[in-house]
Amino acid sequence: MSEIKLEKLDDNRWLLPRTGAMRVPGIIYANEKIFDLLKNDESAKQVANVAHLPGIINYSLAMPDIHWGYGFPIGGVAAFDLETGVVSPGGVGYDINCGCRLMATELTLHDIKDKIKDLTTALYQRIPSGVGSTGHVKLSGKDQKKVLEEGAGWAVKNGFGSLQDLETTEDGGCLSGADPEQVSARALERGKQQLGTLGSGNHFLEIEAVQEIFDEKAAQAFGLHKGQIVIMIHTGSRGLGYQICDDYLALMVKHQPETGIVLPDRQLACTYLASQRGRNYLAAMACGANYAWANRQILMHLTREVIEKTLRIAPRELGMRLVYDVCHNIAKIELFNIAGVEKKLCVHRKGATRAFPAGHEAVPSRYRSVGQPVLIPGDMGTGSYVLVAQEKAMSETFGSACHGAGRVMSRTQAIKTSRGRSISREMADQGVLVMAGGKGTLSEEMPEAYKNLNDVVAVVHEAGVARKVARLKSIACIKG
Amino acid sequence: MPKYKLFDHTADIGVAVTGRTRKELFVNAAQAVFAIMIANRIDRQGAQRQKTIIVEGSDIADLLINFLREILYLFNGEALIVEDCHIQECSNQRLVAKLLVEPYSKEKYSTKMELKAVTYHGLSVERIKNGWIARVIFDV
Repeated sequence: MSEIKLEKLDDNRWLLPRTGAMRVPGIIYANEKIFDLLKNDESAKQVANVAHLPGIINYSLAMPDIHWGYGFPIGGVAAFDLETGVVSPGGVGYDINCGCRLMATELTLHDIKDKIKDLTTALYQRIPSGVGSTGHVKLSGKDQKKVLEEGAGWAVKNGFGSLQDLETTEDGGCLSGADPEQVSARALERGKQQLGTLGSGNHFLEIEAVQEIFDEKAAQAFGLHKGQIVIMIHTGSRGLGYQICDDYLALMVKHQPETGIVLPDRQLACTYLASQRGRNYLAAMACGANYAWANRQILMHLTREVIEKTLRIAPRELGMRLVYDVCHNIAKIELFNIAGVEKKLCVHRKGATRAFPAGHEAVPSRYRSVGQPVLIPGDMGTGSYVLVAQEKAMSETFGSACHGAGRVMSRTQAIKTSRGRSISREMADQGVLVMAGGKGTLSEEMPEAYKNLNDVVAVVHEAGVARKVARLKSIACIKG
Repeated sequence: MPKYKLFDHTADIGVAVTGRTRKELFVNAAQAVFAIMIANRIDRQGAQRQKTIIVEGSDIADLLINFLREILYLFNGEALIVEDCHIQECSNQRLVAKLLVEPYSKEKYSTKMELKAVTYHGLSVERIKNGWIARVIFDV
């Protein structure tokens, strides 16, 4: 990032001053340690590039898990005026509504410690993962349209879970405005076979134990206590979302000259929110988001069935309950106070989690007194964090927090670094049983490939964006 | 010179492809995609068939992205592996490619990395002394 000069605002924030054709300055959430890592890649430049887009409000933001993406940085947040601003498929990402789902159980580590291998094997066999995997749910054209329109609600209606699950899913598991007519035949085709699958790459299903509680009141509201077994799922809209993004990206690149918008990177291709093409993309994106929620809902149900069967316990004994489901690749129309005026904006979160504080009407009623749960998975060895959104998220980050640890090592570097080592054995030594399909997956996903999750979480905690509630330790991990 | 080389990108994977001619550049790019994704082919007996694709773009870089998009869709959408590629016609805006494809199955091929999409970020296609070089970043 040689040409980018950042100015330290405080211990956790850096200002990227407005230069050239940037319409607003940038702000990167980082402490000194994370700031040092920024020097290794192009992510700060990407924050500056996003600031070139028309109608951007206040700042081009990046969360502390920032790393080099394409177009937007991963960890990027940008809000746009509905009349003068744009929507960019690349600012949402290929995996529309990629997100995390955390399920609590009544089990403790003591209950399962002798059965971890059986459980993990059973989950690995039952939950389709890896390249080209297909799901147990085969969709007819009519059903698929309903999935795209209704999201997690469709899954619940069809026997995958309960209505209660929808209450603690972001947006109730259904983004409004979905129009399957705006989704291509190719995207629909890819989606038919993949509902109820995990996918490959960094997607996972983890058995975790609550290791430490930082905030008793919030933990109690979320139903979390020390020693408890919880399950984290990280996946998204699979091939359907990728195809929607790719189709609209191609379309917007093709028609970019007509918009008159000059872009520093073609991957930032965009169109005005007020245009027909912009509305069509949002309607198609909502379909992708709903598919992802249905996907995670089905995976939760399959997980519940596998655990009950393997441990031979009744649903009441397992007591599986959805703590929360968040999406971290999305564009949403949300209300914010901008210079004293309530304004609807289109917030792009590209690898960033929504974080609405206590009292916000979008926070499920049972959590409204404490705030929205923010789920932050880390690398395989570290586990995850649960945070609770704070007031500053509304005033500073358009209701957003980080979404993970963020990569620090490229996949090729990780594969090189891991050569001659058994990552699965190293993980086992750390008390994490890992099962993965793809040959390179474990090497690419080795813990050293990621930033230190504790550092990333400390930044949002200290910056007043989201407060630490609980730390979760990985016990077993399934990867594609 | 080598047909393709990987370069580092934090979250994804970059590929620099070379070719003596424009046609060869496109053929090598298609080969690189499958060389990155497929570790090895277990069973050599397959039901191969031919497929012709026509791709358009606003310039050669856009054409390359749209070509790779089609190649990736064959794998991601139709579960087909491209075993061979012959470019019949190629300008900066349009190409016709004759492909030899084979159905993918987990039993027949082992995969090492999934290329999920081709991006425009950091994209370049340039003439060099001995032909052409293209740099493309894939989402993985």
